Formats: sequence, structure tokens, C-alpha cells
Amino acid sequence: MARLAWLIPLFPLVSYGVLAFRGRSLGERAPYVAIGAMALSALVAWAVFLEQALGAEPFVWRAAWAVGGERVITVGYTVDPLSSITVAMITLVGGLIFVYSVGYMHGDPYYARFFAFLSLFCAGMLTMVLANSFLLMLIGWEVIGLCSYLLIGFYFRRRSANMAQMKAFLTTRVGDTLMLIGIMALFWQFGTVDYHAVFESVRKGAKEASAVVRLGPWEVPVVTLTALLVFGGPIGKSGQFPLHVWLPDAMEGPTPVSALIHAATLVAAGVYLVGRAYPLFFFTPHHEALVWVAWVGTLTAVMAALIAVAQDDIKRILAYSTISQLGFMMAGLGVLGYTAGLFHLLTHAFFKALLFLAAGSVIHAVHTNNIKEMGGLWRCMPVTFWTFLAGFLALAGVFPFAGFWSKDEILLEAYHHNPAVYVLLTAAAFLTALYMSRLVAYAFFGRYRGPEHPEPDPWLPEDYERAGLHPPGHGHHHRQPHESPPVMTVPLVVLAFFALVVGFVGVPGTGPDGGSWIHHFLKFEGFEEAGIHAPSFSWPLALRSLAVALAGIGVAWVVYGLRWVRSEQVRAWIGPLYPFLRHRMYIDTVYGWVFVRGGLALATGLRWFDVHVVDGLVNLVGWVTVLLSRLHRLFDTYVVDGLVNLVGWATRGLGSLLRPLQTGRAYNYILVAAAGVAVLVLVSLWRL
Amino acid sequence: MPILTITLFLPLLGALVVLFLPREDADRIRRVTLGFALATFVASLLILPRFEYGRREIQLIEQAAWIPAVGIQYKVGVDGLSLVLVLLTTLLTVLSVLYSFREHHRVKEYNLLFLLLETGMLGVFFALDFFLFYVFWELTLVPMYFLIGIWGGPRREYAAIKFFLYTLVGSLAMLLGILLLYFHLPAGQRTFDVLEILRQRPLAGTGLLAQLAFWGFFLSFAIKVPMWPFHTWLPDAHVEAPTAGSVILAAILLKLGTYGFVRFSLPLFPEVFHQHALLVAGLAVVGVIYGALVAMAQTDLKKLVAYSSVNHMGYVMLAVAAAAYAYGRPELADAAATALNGATMEMLAHGIITGALFLVVGVIYDDRTHTRGVEDFGGLWAVLPKYGAVSITAMFASLGLPGLMGFVAEFLIFVGSFSIIPVFTALAALGVVITAAFFLWTIQRIFLGPTNPRWAHLPDLDRREMWTLVPLVVLMVVFGVYPKPLLDIINLTSSQLVAMLR
Repeated sequence: MARLAWLIPLFPLVSYGVLAFRGRSLGERAPYVAIGAMALSALVAWAVFLEQALGAEPFVWRAAWAVGGERVITVGYTVDPLSSITVAMITLVGGLIFVYSVGYMHGDPYYARFFAFLSLFCAGMLTMVLANSFLLMLIGWEVIGLCSYLLIGFYFRRRSANMAQMKAFLTTRVGDTLMLIGIMALFWQFGTVDYHAVFESVRKGAKEASAVVRLGPWEVPVVTLTALLVFGGPIGKSGQFPLHVWLPDAMEGPTPVSALIHAATLVAAGVYLVGRAYPLFFFTPHHEALVWVAWVGTLTAVMAALIAVAQDDIKRILAYSTISQLGFMMAGLGVLGYTAGLFHLLTHAFFKALLFLAAGSVIHAVHTNNIKEMGGLWRCMPVTFWTFLAGFLALAGVFPFAGFWSKDEILLEAYHHNPAVYVLLTAAAFLTALYMSRLVAYAFFGRYRGPEHPEPDPWLPEDYERAGLHPPGHGHHHRQPHESPPVMTVPLVVLAFFALVVGFVGVPGTGPDGGSWIHHFLKFEGFEEAGIHAPSFSWPLALRSLAVALAGIGVAWVVYGLRWVRSEQVRAWIGPLYPFLRHRMYIDTVYGWVFVRGGLALATGLRWFDVHVVDGLVNLVGWVTVLLSRLHRLFDTYVVDGLVNLVGWATRGLGSLLRPLQTGRAYNYILVAAAGVAVLVLVSLWRL
Repeated sequence: MPILTITLFLPLLGALVVLFLPREDADRIRRVTLGFALATFVASLLILPRFEYGRREIQLIEQAAWIPAVGIQYKVGVDGLSLVLVLLTTLLTVLSVLYSFREHHRVKEYNLLFLLLETGMLGVFFALDFFLFYVFWELTLVPMYFLIGIWGGPRREYAAIKFFLYTLVGSLAMLLGILLLYFHLPAGQRTFDVLEILRQRPLAGTGLLAQLAFWGFFLSFAIKVPMWPFHTWLPDAHVEAPTAGSVILAAILLKLGTYGFVRFSLPLFPEVFHQHALLVAGLAVVGVIYGALVAMAQTDLKKLVAYSSVNHMGYVMLAVAAAAYAYGRPELADAAATALNGATMEMLAHGIITGALFLVVGVIYDDRTHTRGVEDFGGLWAVLPKYGAVSITAMFASLGLPGLMGFVAEFLIFVGSFSIIPVFTALAALGVVITAAFFLWTIQRIFLGPTNPRWAHLPDLDRREMWTLVPLVVLMVVFGVYPKPLLDIINLTSSQLVAMLR
């Protein structure tokens, strides 16, 4: 089966091709092409995954792609536990989101284009996961970045969507460029970018003293610097501090996009890459690259959870929650919890996709994103409510939902390897339960506080006209929200089921060796060599994290559910902290001033420099040349030619002076000759 | 069959035929021109089956005596480097001629000059005799001068004269360099034969003279590329040139400069180039970052694309400088070859992508809106879906999106150069972010956002425009996904050069 793995990204790619060129004529049938392709892809992916789960050998296939001198750069794919379980997750979650989109995007004038972009995204994502080298990984990586750009700006008439899509692409590209430099450094050290070859070299090199680079006052080992540069990519893609700013804005895209790309898959790509390139980080002196990963992750987890508490937009809260959870994954990987971090990636994909889709269902019904304008929805949208609740409990880490198992793994690893990280992550876990309960309390409980101004339709009547559709009537916003159609709720139910059960692969005793199955399936070989053993599950610790989660829920319930303490009062207590969090810690504002305005000012300044200085010099040279040639002409007229004339004139003058002597009379000449002779004779006599 | 000579002179023959056609019959002139351009393209394709893919040296040499008294001959040949550039030239000439069917002003002269220009460009790539090379090098100037000066925009005379004089100054410096080489051969064996001069390297070890000759060549090529700070003729020429002229200027004429660096400067003066490699790399990096930043501040689309050329040609020069810096260090040979492969790939990618970008600008400017102001558009994607898709693809290709051709080139340049001059390369890589920024901003201002009502009823691409643009897009994708066939050809020359540089 592993030999057929190349089919997994190919099906969605073909679907993209069909929809891009024939989408318009397919019209309403466009989604079936995309869903069919995803189904086929999922079939192969699950077959490949099950085969790996049953103990098949990893499989790698390569082909030459480029040459440089004697070297050959290859591309190909690799099937192993990590890539197979990830593609299984992506095709399953992706397929469900495709089905949901049929309902959510119905009636959109660019229906086919939407599914075309989603298909291209899946092709890129699956390529990135299956890639066998940094090169092909980078190709998939950038393709998903492109699709993210296109889909964030799917409502391309909206200015805010335009700004968000640019912000997303550029912010992630900063990280990608650092990663590209890291990849260059890999090629420089090892002459290849193939995963297997690079990791083998790193593993061997770990035993020798590493070369160092001087960066100002610091001496950094080359391997560490390379690993950290490569980590730049995941920082951008997975929304880690300080490049997290794009992700909340990315919620301008349609909600299925937020679920698929900005919750389940694309943003997890960075975590996946750190997992994939784990040897690169692990085999640095004292695992120092991993320490950086752990701290970046921890910082991100706490920061985003703090900001999420002060937001009102349902998708923005979920976005900051995603950033925070990605921080958990990074922190998990960083504290030597290889399995823990990746396990959380898998469980998070299910329950966060669920939360986004359920949020989409809510937005579909109430036409607003503001949780303060919702309320009481549990009664009119029961399926959405119960499924959302499942996602909420999973995210908050309540037993026995998926998030409980995976988050607990991370906390367990942190407890054993880095206590400071453990404390901070526990605080972040508390905040997670808090902001999610706040969201649930506002949106689903209390009474309905419907919107005054429903969201305007992003499209113009012309757009519908071109697509041969009628624009939806503008007078039809319901006072009473109602449940979404089954095409949307069925995926919710399926995802809720997974949000409940997918964590059970992490239950101790499910693996063949007494540990959990996931630990058995996803393990990092380097640990054994280094004598590092995964800490075993401990009930006291698990109960402690459960207590933290329940405490978070309890506090939120007191404030937002029961309202024993008014939220205004809380705001007054925390003083300036509230506006600080509300304005996203002013990070976006600072970036806007420094990079956007600063960059534009620099560009404008250089344009002036180019026109007036660089080109000015060229024109000056031209002008001086013309001036010189004018001077030359004067010189030529008055000096060169003047000299010639002077010679002529002098000759003539001299001639006219002598002219009187030339009388033509013979006696005059004889007289002169005789006088001359006389003078000569006299002179010679004198001398004697 | 002397396939190179046939390819080289078919366009000239076409120019002669056009000369004898009645000027009133514009349609026939256009069709005959297109016919000759197509025939030249086919002829250049016929080189492929004759080319030996295992041979690194220049091959398929065709020669004849010309002025034997001073050692001048007619000698042409190809290797991996020139072969791919010749194919680029013949293809883009076909597309430019096809695009120019909409030109109605003095059609006869226009088409005649285009064919003449093609022979000039092909000659530069084929020539294996310095005298012949110089003749073709100068021959490319004249038609372009008239194309800009007669069919150009409002400031065409200024731009044409600037273009002509600026490049002419460079050419003269190169001529002095050539003469220095020539007179340093032992008397009696003096020749302009490129291969012979490359073999003997007459100026090796002469110190000052080698320096002078190197800088002579450098000036000529650097102006042509154009490297920063010799680039200011380029935006003027591009803005004023007619669309097809811009296409050829960007796609081919700029490559003459980088071709010169790779073909002559590297193997003729390796020691001198090695000495100054870091300076050249520095200028290249400045070009990359400066070009991208200045492009960001432009409001005229053509100027924007012109500055993006300064940015992209900077990458090429970075790789060339890296290869020069690797001189004398055999352990860096593969890295240098990778960088040179990237440089050549970038020449092709830039030719195809920027060619497409100028066509894209022309399509909207020439017949539809008569404005190129970036701010004058908005929301065009909704009105012109096909045009939007093609333009956005080309712009993403230009900003180096993986899966498209520009990425392959940049990737090879970066990984190759980094092993040799890491700091310069890392700095240049940062330029990638700025390039992305200005292209995305351009896409946003032209295609996204609310539609400008002025353009609500523009027609989408017609059949002829599709025929000029689609081949370029297809090439971007095909060689972006699988570049190996091209690289196999290019790598022959790069390996050969690197072997010479050990």
C-alpha cells in the first residue's frame, strides 16, 4: 500500500485541475468532484496508515529533480508512522469539512472556486506531510501558504479580507525565509536536503565537537543555529510568538477555511515539521535547540490564552485558542515529549475543527461573530450546542475527552523535564478552560441578544449575476436563530464522536508493552540511544490538571454564567491589564508602525534616491559631456582653429612686412648683395 | 545541415522578404513575420536532437574564414548555456510578434526591426569569435533604439537615446578589453577565436592589464544586466518601449549581460574576478534589496516590473559572483555548479516570467484602459477572471512561489551560493520577503477589493492574447514542477566552467 502513497496528494490535485478549468460549467456539482477526490485520497491514506499500524516497514521513494555539478537533488515521499497517521487525520478531517462546506457555502457565486482552492490546499498539505526532503516539504509548505492567502481573501471585495490575506502571507514568509536560510545551511553542511541523509549526518555529528559561529558576543554551534533557522518556518506557520499576528486576522476567510486551514492542518504543519526534523533539534549540544522550542511554545501558549480571555469575536477567541494550543504542542516537543506534542496535534485537529465548524453553524444562524450578541442558543440549536460542548470539554481538558489525554501527556513531560514550563503551561490550561467557558456562557446560555446589523453580504449583485444566481434576499434575517441543515450538522456529530474517542489511543495499557498505543506507534529512536525514557502516566498529576481545568470552568461560570460577580467589576480590578489584552498586547500596532509604515517610508525614500541621486548622476554625466563638447566647440573655434588662423595670419603679416624688399629691380638686388659683401669684409677685417 | 547558421540567419532573411513587401499590406507583413519567427523557433528546436547531451564542451561548431588577415572568422556553436537561451529567444520572439499584431503604426518597419533584432540576439549567443560577437552585440542596439524611439511612449526619444548611449559606453569598454586580449596573443598567432583565447588566457598573470580588461568587460555587462548602480536606463526604457519591445528587452537583452559574465568574465579572468567577487556580490545584494524596495514604491506598473528585474538579475549576479569566489577551491565545485545552474535557470525563469508580466501589463494598457497606474484599478479579478488568473500566476511565479519556475532558480542560487558566500546569500534571501510584499500589494490593488466602476465592462482575454500568455504560464508550471530536463542541459556548461575554475 505504501507504494501507492503518491496517490494521496494526487487526487485532490486532479480535483483542483478539473475545478479550475471546468468549475463554472460544473456549477452546483462542483463539490462532488472535490469530495469524491478527498474520499479516494482518504481511502488510500487510511489503508497506508492501517498498514503502518500493523507494523509495516517505513517506505521511501526518491527521484532526481535537479542537478548541480555531480550532486543530484531528489524529491520523493516517505511513509512511516508519523506521516501515515497525519495524512489519515488530514483526509478524514478535510473530507468532513468539505461536506460541511457544501451547506455553508451554498449559493456563493464563487462556489466552484472555493472547492478548487480547498482541493489545492489539501494536495499541498498532503505533499508537505509525505515529503522525503526539505525541498519537497518547502514546496508543499508554500503551496498551502498560497492557498491560505487565497482563501483568507476569498471574499475578495472586502478590504479587511485583503489586508488579512497579505498579512498572513507576508508574516509567514518572514519565517519561511529564515527556514530557507536554514535549509541553505543544511545543504552547505551536508550537501543534501534529503531528510534521511541529513538526519543520519546530524546523528553522527552529535558525537563530535561542533563547529561554532560567532554572532556578536555569542558563540553558537552551527547545528544549533541551523536548527533554529529552520524553526523560523514553524514559528511563522504555526503562529508562534512573535509571528502569531496573522492567525487571528486570518479568520476573515469563510469558516470552513478557518476550521481546515487555520485550526486543523496548515497551522499544525509547523509542529509536524518540528516532529519530522526532530533529530535536527535533538542532536544539538545539550538539546539546546529544543529548549528554545519549549520556551517559544510556552510563551506563546500563555500569551495567546491571556489575549483570548479579552476578545469578543467567536472566531478570534478560537484563533487565539489555536495559537495557544499550538504553543502547547511546541512546548511538548521542546520538553522531550516527542509523542506528547504530536499526539496533541492529532487530537487538537479533531476538536478544534469541530469547534470552528460549530461556530460557523452559529454564525450561519445569527449573522454575527460577536458572542455578546448571541445567547440562549442551546435551545434553538441543540445539535450545534451539544457538539460544541464536546469540543469545549476536549479543549478544556476534561476527562475523558481527547484533549484531556494529550494535554496531560504534555504536562507530564514538562513536569519531568522542565518544571518552569510545567507551571506556566498549567496556568495556560487554567486560562483555556476560563476563556472557553466564557465563550460558551455568552453564546449558548442566558437570553438571545440578537444583532441589530446583520453582516453585509460580501458580494455585489454583479457577482451573482455572472454566476447565474439570484442574490439572496436582504429582508430575510430571522429574529429567531434556527438549527443548520444536516449537511452541516452530520459532520459536526462525526467530529464530536472523534473528539471524544480519539484520545483513547493515549490511555495507558492500550499499547502492547503496557504503555499507551500512541507511545508505541509514534516514537523517536534517538531517545533510546540517549537513555531518555518517557515518564509513565501518573494519576495524581492527571487529577491535578483535571482540577485546574475544572477550576477554570468554575471561575468563568461564576462570572459569566451565574453572574455572581459582574465582568465589569473584574475589569476594574485588573485595571490596565484589560485594555492591554483587549488590544492584543499592542503587538500588531507596533508591527504596523515599524514594518509596514517603516518599510513603505524606506521604499519611498529609496525611490527618491534612485530618481535624484543614482539617475541624477547618470544625467549629470550626460550633461557634463554635452557641456564639455560645447566647451570643446568654443575651444575648437577660438583656440585650435584660431592657432591655424594665427599661423596663416602671421605668415601673411610677415610677408607683407618683407614685401617692400621684393622690388623686382636687378640693381636693387645687386646693391643689397654688394652691401652685404662689404659688411662681411668689414666684419672679417675687424676680427683680424 | 548547418542548423545553427540557418537558425541565425532565418530572421534576417525574413527581414529582407518583409523589405520587399508592399507597405500597405499590413496583414501580409504580419503573417510573413510570424511565419519567419515560427520557422526560426522550429529551427532552434531542431538543434535539440543534434545536441550531444554527454558533451560539456561547445559543440555543433560551424565556421568559415572571414577576414583571415587579422584572424577574424565566422564561427558559431552551442553548449548548454547558449542552447537554452537561444530557445528562449526564438520562443519569445514568436510570442512578441504575435502580440504585436495589434500595432498599426508603420507595421513594415516595426516587423522588419523585430526580425533584425532576433538575428542580433541569436548571434550573440551563437558567436564564437570576438569580432563576430561584438558585431551582433552592437546589432541588438540599433533595432531596439528605433523600437523605443518610434513606437514608444511620450518620452521615447529621451529613453531611446539614454538606452543607446549608456549601453554603447559599456560596449566600447568591452571593445578595448577585446583588443587588449587580441594584442596580447603572440604576433602571428593573433586571432579573435573565442575558444582559442579562452584556452590561452593571454592576459593571465599580467596584473594591471588583466584588471583593465576585466573591468572593461565588467562595465559593458554590468550596464546590460543591469547591475546596481548602472540600472537607471532600464525603467525609462521599459516605460517608454512598446509592449513587445519591453518583453524582448527584459526577457532577452538583459540576459546578454549575464550571459557575458558567465561565458567570458568567469573563464577569461578567473583570478581577477575572484579578487573582486565580494564587491560584485555586494552590488548584487544591493540590487536585490534596493530593486525590491524601489519597486514597492512605484505606482506605474511597467516601472514596477522594471525594478523587479533589477531585483531578479541581482540573484543571477549573486550566483555568478559566488562561482567566481569559489575559484581555486575544488571542494566548492559542486556548490559553484549548483549556483551557476541556478543563475542560468533564473535567466530563463526571469525571461519567461517577466516576459509574461510585461505582456500582462500591455494587455490591460494597450487596448483596454490606457492607464498603468496601480492605483487606478481594483477588483479586476471579478471582471476579468482569466486575465486575473494568468496575471496572479505570473506574479506569484515572480515572487518565487514553489511549484513555479522562479522558485527552482532561486532555490538553486541560494543553496549553491550559501556554501560559498553565506552572509551575502542570507542577506539576499531577505529580499524574498520584500519581493513578496510588493507583488502581493500589487495584486491587491489591481485585482482585489471593490471593482472600480470605470472598468466594470472590460472584455476578458481574447484568443490571440491567450495564445501569447498561455505558453508562458505552461512553461512556468512545467519547469517549476520538474526542472530536471532543463537542468541536465544547463549543468553541462556549469560543470565545464567549474572544471575550468579549479
